[in-house]
Amino acid sequence: MIAELGQFAIIMALLAAIAQSILPLIGAERLDSRLMAFGGQASLVQLLFVILAFGCLTQAYIVSDFTLVNVAENSHSTKPLLYKISGVWGNHEGSMLLWILILAIFGAAVAAFGRNLPVTLKARVLAVQAMIGVGFLTFLIFTSNPFTRLLMPPENGRDLNPLLQDPGLAFHPPMLYVGYVGFSVAFSFAIAALIEGKVDAAWARWVRPWTLTAWTFLTGGLALGSWWAYYELGWGGWWFWDPVENVAFMPWLMGTALLHSAIVVEKRNSLKVWTILLAILTFSLSLIGTFIVRSGLLTSVHSFAVNPERGVFILFLLAIAIGGSLTLFAFRAPSLKAGGIFSPISREGGLLLNNLLLSTACATVFLGTLYPLFMEALGGGRVSIGPPFYNNTFVPVMVPLLLCVCAGPLLPWKRADLVGVLGRLKYAGLATILAILLAWYVTEGGPLLAILGLGMAAWMLLGTLSEWADKIKLFRAPLSTSWQRMVKLPGSAWGMTLAHGGLAIAVAGMISTTAWKVEDVAVLKPGETISVAGTDYRLDGVRELVGPNYQAVEGTFTVSQNGEFMAILKPEKRLYNVQKMPTTEAAIYSTFVGDYYAVIGDQVEDGGWTVRIYREPMITWIWFGCTLMVLAGFLSLADRRLRVGAPAGKRKQGKRKQKSQQNAAA
Amino acid sequence: MNKKILFTLPLLITLVLFGYFFWALTKPGRDPKILPSVLIDKPAPEFNLTALENLGVPGFSRADLTSNGKVSVVNIFASWCVPCLAEHPDMVKLGKRDDINLYGINYRDKPEDALNWLNRNGNPYHRVGRDPKSRTGIDWGVYGVPETFIVDATGTIRYKHVGPLNPGDLDNKILPIIDNLQAQK
Repeated sequence: MIAELGQFAIIMALLAAIAQSILPLIGAERLDSRLMAFGGQASLVQLLFVILAFGCLTQAYIVSDFTLVNVAENSHSTKPLLYKISGVWGNHEGSMLLWILILAIFGAAVAAFGRNLPVTLKARVLAVQAMIGVGFLTFLIFTSNPFTRLLMPPENGRDLNPLLQDPGLAFHPPMLYVGYVGFSVAFSFAIAALIEGKVDAAWARWVRPWTLTAWTFLTGGLALGSWWAYYELGWGGWWFWDPVENVAFMPWLMGTALLHSAIVVEKRNSLKVWTILLAILTFSLSLIGTFIVRSGLLTSVHSFAVNPERGVFILFLLAIAIGGSLTLFAFRAPSLKAGGIFSPISREGGLLLNNLLLSTACATVFLGTLYPLFMEALGGGRVSIGPPFYNNTFVPVMVPLLLCVCAGPLLPWKRADLVGVLGRLKYAGLATILAILLAWYVTEGGPLLAILGLGMAAWMLLGTLSEWADKIKLFRAPLSTSWQRMVKLPGSAWGMTLAHGGLAIAVAGMISTTAWKVEDVAVLKPGETISVAGTDYRLDGVRELVGPNYQAVEGTFTVSQNGEFMAILKPEKRLYNVQKMPTTEAAIYSTFVGDYYAVIGDQVEDGGWTVRIYREPMITWIWFGCTLMVLAGFLSLADRRLRVGAPAGKRKQGKRKQKSQQNAAA
Repeated sequence: MNKKILFTLPLLITLVLFGYFFWALTKPGRDPKILPSVLIDKPAPEFNLTALENLGVPGFSRADLTSNGKVSVVNIFASWCVPCLAEHPDMVKLGKRDDINLYGINYRDKPEDALNWLNRNGNPYHRVGRDPKSRTGIDWGVYGVPETFIVDATGTIRYKHVGPLNPGDLDNKILPIIDNLQAQK
């Protein structure tokens, strides 16, 4: 019964979305305020129905209702509650419903927070948002219905893929989707602006918080996914250039570019056409990512069940969404008025350089991801591209970008004096040279490129800090003045400093762990010791364990350095009862300078155990840096300036604006 | 004019890209999950495997693939491998046919465990060779157990199936290929 209610709810949501995608558009054309207001109400109705449907599916998972195909194929009655719930989005149909839910939440949020938006723009944004909803709801209902019943329900389910039964993965998809889908708002704003034929500073100010929200969550989602891969797959390492990682990374690169170019539109009313194109491309890449994961176009460890028919359906959806928006772009964009002029060396120029490098980097990832497909189309057989490709293409593009990160914010708008700016970074430069020498000393003359890479990270961090010190006049004014200036710094300034600093820290971690990672495999009998990178790992014993829905062997290692005890590590190898799939649960001892990582494998003939030991220097810096970036995103979002559209905040100004808009609308 | 072309460029690139996607999705017989084996249509590697003692069937070598003019099915199995048990009934069906050779390679296993397993479940194989150190398995490109190879009477590998035979695989994939190879002879 409840499943039928869910079925009914998604159909109602589709009807609401269809109405929402048509009526407000007509209203905006005829300046009919009732039709325009309908968009807001419809978005709320749509959200309520989608929540209802999602609730119904979740309920089916919690009570293990195996009369549903979806539940029977992806759940099991003995699974812990957390994984019953996360199982809802651990499969194609359910994750599609989650996608739609987040889309509907964003739509309703635009309606709720966008009270100060010009009414025609708001109506058009909501209509475009609903069109995306119509596409995906149709897709869900006709090809991927999560509420399909089974005629002969099995006694128990087939269980969720054990790799996904992990707290990290329970929260990774929702975060990632908030990121992916959040870019839909920027997309809707871009399309609405193209329909209106107007892009101005106000438009950019409304787009930025939404882009920032999406970017923040996408950063978090990517970091969480990478962290999960690190501790769950048992390969060590944090990024594998897997197609599915890439398709989530590409919207991030483009979204980062969009975030920066929107600043130029907001402050200088320039780069408008480019920003519109970026908004379209960012969301298009999110859509393509969703498509690639679900169509089975590329081989990846992440793929959902492959169904070519489904793939063709999504492809048509994409063709309509992306092709349609780019057609609109081709017709309308040339007529958008160009904005302020600037010299190549200026804040605008710096942000444009940032955009060009990020887009190029994105293009290399795109080529690398799809290259196997192109090769196959040209008759070259199926090949796969590994890290060497990206090291040779992606990295050289990123290096200049990273080098410029700290100089950009120092550049004034319109025209800048490069020598002067570099002069302001002289202390950072000197400190960087010291950092390089220190790295050289500590690593005893390790690989030169890696040491220079660490220098680059130090330069980013120190340059960012010195820009911050500059802003609050640290050491140039009395400390009390500096303190006051610091307290008064707006959230967005904090956000910038923190995000750039976080990036520097993450980059330092990436470089160290890539350059100085040590790994070793050995067969150990209990009592034996293996020494990896100066650390001893003694296998104390191995015992068998029984978990709620798996059996496991657990090894116990004593980790010590020069006879001094450091930690006990207990890696497990689990065999899940239902899917008969083994998973490794690595044991990790994290420190500031590096991780000690142990994996236990199979028993070999003579009674020893295969063990793998990794030493991952500074790897936690990657996730620490990403956490700072996420924090930066929230700080920046809290900035009052960005809440122009929000009901609270600068109330007086808001009211005045609202009035003038009402006048304009009337 | 120039400007218009520039603004149409993103659309054109996208259209070409989608053309590719459409081609890849609708190309008949394309299953992205199948990684082509480099060994397909190549001669089977050289090997010589010892028998599993007390089982009552001999071991086998490369020469046994071509000695009697029959198509051979070579199955990689192990007693510790749960999916092998799942596909075991299919092996029993194949083993009853005397117009093909059904050979088993016992992969990374203890002889007594393998013997117990075969005695308990029945031995469908006409010959069983031991590969305790996976030397031969590496030559065959085995990366998961079970795997099933179809080798024609000239000793050329014609098909590789990774993982257990699922319901329907025997009738829809394996048997038609065997019939086909027998018809070609």
